[in-house]
Amino acid sequence: MVFTYDGSFDGLLSVIFESYRSKSVEEIAEEFTYQPGLFGKPIFVTSNPEYSQRVKKKLTQQCGPKIVTMLYHIFLSEQPQVEMLIYRFVRLAVGSSENILENFREPIILQIHRIQKQIHREVHRMHAFVRFQQTQDGLYAALINPDFNVLPLLPPHFTQRYPTFRWLIYDTKRSYGLYYEPRESRFITLDSALPEQLSSQALTEAEKDYQQLWQTYFQHVNIPERRNDKLHLQHVPRRYWKYLVEKQEDYI
Amino acid sequence: MSQPVTEKLAILADAAKYDVSCASSGSNRKNTKDGLGNSRGMGICHTYTQDGRCVSLLKILLTNYCIFDCAYCVSRRSNDIKRAAFTVQEVVDLTINFYKRNYIEGLFLSSGIFKNADYTMERLVRIAKKLRTEHKFNGYIHLKAIPGASDELIHEAGLYADRLSVNLEIPSEESLKKVAPEKDYASAYQPMNFLAESITGYKEEKKTLRSAPTFTPGGQSTQLVVGATPEKDYHILHLADSLYQQQQLRRVYYSGYVPISNDQRLPVLQSPPLVRENRLYQADWLLRSYGFDVHELVDEQNLDLDQEVDPKLGYALRHPEQFPININTAPYELVLRIPGVGVKSAQKIVQARRFGKLRAEHLRKIGIVWKRARYFLITADPDFRWLGFHPEHLKQRILNERSRKHSSQLTLFG
Repeated sequence: MVFTYDGSFDGLLSVIFESYRSKSVEEIAEEFTYQPGLFGKPIFVTSNPEYSQRVKKKLTQQCGPKIVTMLYHIFLSEQPQVEMLIYRFVRLAVGSSENILENFREPIILQIHRIQKQIHREVHRMHAFVRFQQTQDGLYAALINPDFNVLPLLPPHFTQRYPTFRWLIYDTKRSYGLYYEPRESRFITLDSALPEQLSSQALTEAEKDYQQLWQTYFQHVNIPERRNDKLHLQHVPRRYWKYLVEKQEDYI
Repeated sequence: MSQPVTEKLAILADAAKYDVSCASSGSNRKNTKDGLGNSRGMGICHTYTQDGRCVSLLKILLTNYCIFDCAYCVSRRSNDIKRAAFTVQEVVDLTINFYKRNYIEGLFLSSGIFKNADYTMERLVRIAKKLRTEHKFNGYIHLKAIPGASDELIHEAGLYADRLSVNLEIPSEESLKKVAPEKDYASAYQPMNFLAESITGYKEEKKTLRSAPTFTPGGQSTQLVVGATPEKDYHILHLADSLYQQQQLRRVYYSGYVPISNDQRLPVLQSPPLVRENRLYQADWLLRSYGFDVHELVDEQNLDLDQEVDPKLGYALRHPEQFPININTAPYELVLRIPGVGVKSAQKIVQARRFGKLRAEHLRKIGIVWKRARYFLITADPDFRWLGFHPEHLKQRILNERSRKHSSQLTLFG
């Protein structure tokens, strides 16, 4: 049996709820992108908050309060067949008498933990590597292109930290952004595609000064006698340089 | 007087960079609705220098003018270098504007001693106060506690800062006297002890009175310079251990001496002792997170750590009688002692074995360093490997395996 859903996390959990009525699940795919195969029509399952809530409740009973967030993170990883991974995990968890999450002998569990670790690392990198630039109209704007779709996980950190001014974090790879103005954040999509970099005409003079000061600082905090390129690259992989003010010269 | 800020920043970042601490962790300061920033348990490294060190804070000196003449210090009075001094407002502006752009977690402010200790400390406190009260800045602030400053000023600093540090720098008083004639241990320990007492006091108060002010929530730290004076690892680690026990320090940092000085009071080094520094950090980690006692790492027979192997492996090789450890039955504390098994892996092992016996294949997937660990553990597999290797033989095997793979550059935990 092939199931399709609306692409949302609740949609996926609704499919999993439904799947308990049918015998076998061969594939779960987002309806919009699904390419029908040779055999039969897929079954579309409408997202149903009541169903997804029941799956969440059961999972929490089995694996503790953090499990739903954890699976949501896995869901955002954009890994191929991530739906089936979550499906298999739920089957395993619901059928186990102990908290299956701690069974590190089981390959699916190891995979779940591994993906979650990758997501965490990417979120942490975004907390670190986002660089805001002040534009003429007073907006602090940052461009990112993270490895996974982690933008939905960024609001708590940045809204707590910067509650008093307008800012925007825009994912250039996935073409949507997180926009904040005092007290409220929301996800937005811009009408026209954003350029690879913000144009320097859009920036304030003060912005250019502070970028230069930051570059100066970055150069002078270095200790040449201790140079270690391998370690440097391990911590700041080249793919992130594009949007790091202090690495601009190296990037171009 | 009108030196541009860029030039000041270049000079005063240069002067501050030999202080290796850059942590922004261990504090927990929430933001207010109209404030700027916060600091949460886990620190954030916003970038890394070309030498691979974390850049978390804007780490600068307020000034590098200094009345002292410490041989190991680039800012010493007799050194012919460019001097600069920030104004209070300049430091505040840099901190706020770097922070708003998400370059940093906060400020690490130190200073050369100008006029006297109180005069210097008073200015550091004024900056922290201005950031906290006028700008409602709730990001991380690390201040130097200047030895010799009054208790009142140190106390006030503690009310604004997340972390305070007094650097001992030289790991014995005898050596300190030789290279830093104006300094002594007593004046460094005085503020450290005062802080230790105040931190404990405020913590107690906080337990019963929620509105009690937070005082240096990130605790205090210090730095020891390694390789500038003749102390052995034995002395350095015992000193660190006593600082953890007596002064309840959160961190001791080890800074391999960078030969910046042509001062005749110091040895001539070709390059900083990076391997030794790395081994000290590993040993320090074993003291803080692995339940090792300092006597187990260095003793009268082993005054220095073995530079060829990490101290955990070194311990195992010196104590063959305590291995192999049975991964399926040994308590957590012993699993943690197996070379190649870290804290996370040890936790996973203890959790996973409830579900069934663990074999080699499981351990590899859990993520232990199998190549090293395998000599020191027993799994549920029938085991023919344990043929009574001599420790010296084992060390050579492990070193050979490693040299095939690794270059000479270091990571902190190889």
